Amino acid sequence: MFSRDNWKEIFETIQKNKLRTFLSGFTVALGILIFVVLFGFGNGLINTFDDFFGDDATNVFYLFPGRTSMPYKGYKSNRQIEFDNGDLADINKNFAPFLEYSTPRIFRSGLVKYKEESNNYSTRAVGPDYQYAEKTIMMKGRYLNKEDIKNKTKYAVIGRLVEKDLFGTNTSIGEYVDISGSAFKVIGVFQDDGGDNEERNIYIPYTTRQLIEKNNDKLDQIVLAFKPELGYAGAMAFEKSLNTFLREKKYINPKDQNGLFIRNVADQLKQNQQFARVLQLIVAFVAFGTIIAGIIGISNIMVFVVKERTKELGIRKALGATPRSVIGTILLESIFITTISGFIGMLIGIGILGSLGEKLKDYFITNPNINLGTAIFATVVLIIFGALAGYIPARRAARIKPIVALRDE
Amino acid sequence: MIEIKDLHKSYRMGSNSLHVLKGINFTAESGELVAIMGSSGSGKSTLLNILGMLDEADSGDYTLDGVPIKNLNETKAAKYRNKFLGFIFQSFNLINYKSALENVALPLYYQRIPRKERQERAMKYLGQVGLKEWAHHLPSELSGGQKQRVAIARAMAAEPKVLLADEPTGALDSTTSYEVMDLIQKINDQGNTILVVTHEDDIAHMCKRIIHLKDGVIEKDEKVTQVRASQYV
Repeated sequence: MFSRDNWKEIFETIQKNKLRTFLSGFTVALGILIFVVLFGFGNGLINTFDDFFGDDATNVFYLFPGRTSMPYKGYKSNRQIEFDNGDLADINKNFAPFLEYSTPRIFRSGLVKYKEESNNYSTRAVGPDYQYAEKTIMMKGRYLNKEDIKNKTKYAVIGRLVEKDLFGTNTSIGEYVDISGSAFKVIGVFQDDGGDNEERNIYIPYTTRQLIEKNNDKLDQIVLAFKPELGYAGAMAFEKSLNTFLREKKYINPKDQNGLFIRNVADQLKQNQQFARVLQLIVAFVAFGTIIAGIIGISNIMVFVVKERTKELGIRKALGATPRSVIGTILLESIFITTISGFIGMLIGIGILGSLGEKLKDYFITNPNINLGTAIFATVVLIIFGALAGYIPARRAARIKPIVALRDE
Repeated sequence: MIEIKDLHKSYRMGSNSLHVLKGINFTAESGELVAIMGSSGSGKSTLLNILGMLDEADSGDYTLDGVPIKNLNETKAAKYRNKFLGFIFQSFNLINYKSALENVALPLYYQRIPRKERQERAMKYLGQVGLKEWAHHLPSELSGGQKQRVAIARAMAAEPKVLLADEPTGALDSTTSYEVMDLIQKINDQGNTILVVTHEDDIAHMCKRIIHLKDGVIEKDEKVTQVRASQYV
């Protein structure tokens, strides 16, 4: 069946029936192309997700005080809860085995001036460990350290875009900027994968912020990182006992939804990963549909091809073609065309994905790509089903009596 | 060479059954040139199709060159057709995307003859029908007479025992018809057995024997003096 002569016969048939060859080849190539591109986009979407949520550390809790909505232990409802340095110290003391690090965070926004340049930026007053929570990358100089906290230094670490806005191309390290009326010395410049907004922040020691604000001990929020060894279940248990502890300490009704908020990044991450997985499932479903459509397309073409060739097959049978050779001719022709065009479609698809890269980032598609194994698997599936789809009409054609086939016009 | 006994064939047409052949008996010796005549519906094409193993009889015996043709599966029928028979059709039945040479070489392909030998033999038979210069033309570039000559060359190429021609001149004008008959006569002169189905009297008289079919039975079986077609060409 696979002699050189047979192949030559098949090549001649393919060459001399260009439209037919083109139609079946085009269907298959298009099917695979769409499959590869869709699947790649799906992966691109997931990459975007990973980028989004991979920007911050994932073993982090954010504690936000709220306003109570229930009375508790003699306290009225509608009471504003505030954190202070003592709360942070208590957490550090009571939960030491679980904690990797902790840092407070105080948000302020204000005018920042350097010489003639000025702009509004938000300032985050934090501790040194905040660098890990935010995964801040230092470009120049250094981040805040423990000495800065202890000595309440007027040092600032500014974002890449803050430096660009205020200093242009001039060097910023060692210069003094005016932040809402106080002079701070720039000790470092950072970048952040979280996007432009992240790079328009300024970090200062939280003790300095408290000093400026009448030397109080208030904290806006507390950021805690648990030890990664705890795992997901451990983190959830930690969150629960932390919640109980803080509600007890701050006199918040355990059932009060508004007194205290804990944002658990690990939990969010898990949800987001689930969302991404569902997205991938949907994309895979659509891609699978494309393959099915491709199979139906090639089946239709095969039915048409056999119908069109009925008379020719009758002539061949009258001249001595056996049913086997009739089926063989049709099948080999179809397999040959689907294989070649399938792989062409696959390569074009991979090429398109490769050339896109970051270009579709605005549409939440980052680095679309497809695993070569998946692409080849899909192509082979299409080839096999194309052959199967060709086999049924081919077998029917081989069974038609030559006299019937010859009468076909 | 050909021996048939009590051949019956009927076709189902919905609920009716149409009895086309009602017991045909005849023998044809090697080297004969037999015309099968009859009006349309007399069963002549059906008889030829059964002889050509393109169709099956309901009952009766058929022996071709000493081989009983019975209960053949498609594969075996295809092999016998290839070995024993050459077909010439009214509508030529050339494969339209293959050149004259490739059409002639096709039966040899199914005999698994190597490509080079196939080409040589096909060229030889194309030469015999006088179409050597047209070897690489497609059927669409040939006239009706040329197409039929290519078909004859194709039927000859496999060197079959019997040539079966179904209205070989049916689609041709009379001059071309005589050319084709001249060719068939010459092939017969070389000793080939040929059966020609026709409804034209002059064509039938260019054969050596005429079998008249009427309503599914042989009405008359006569030897005739052959009229040579060459005198009209």
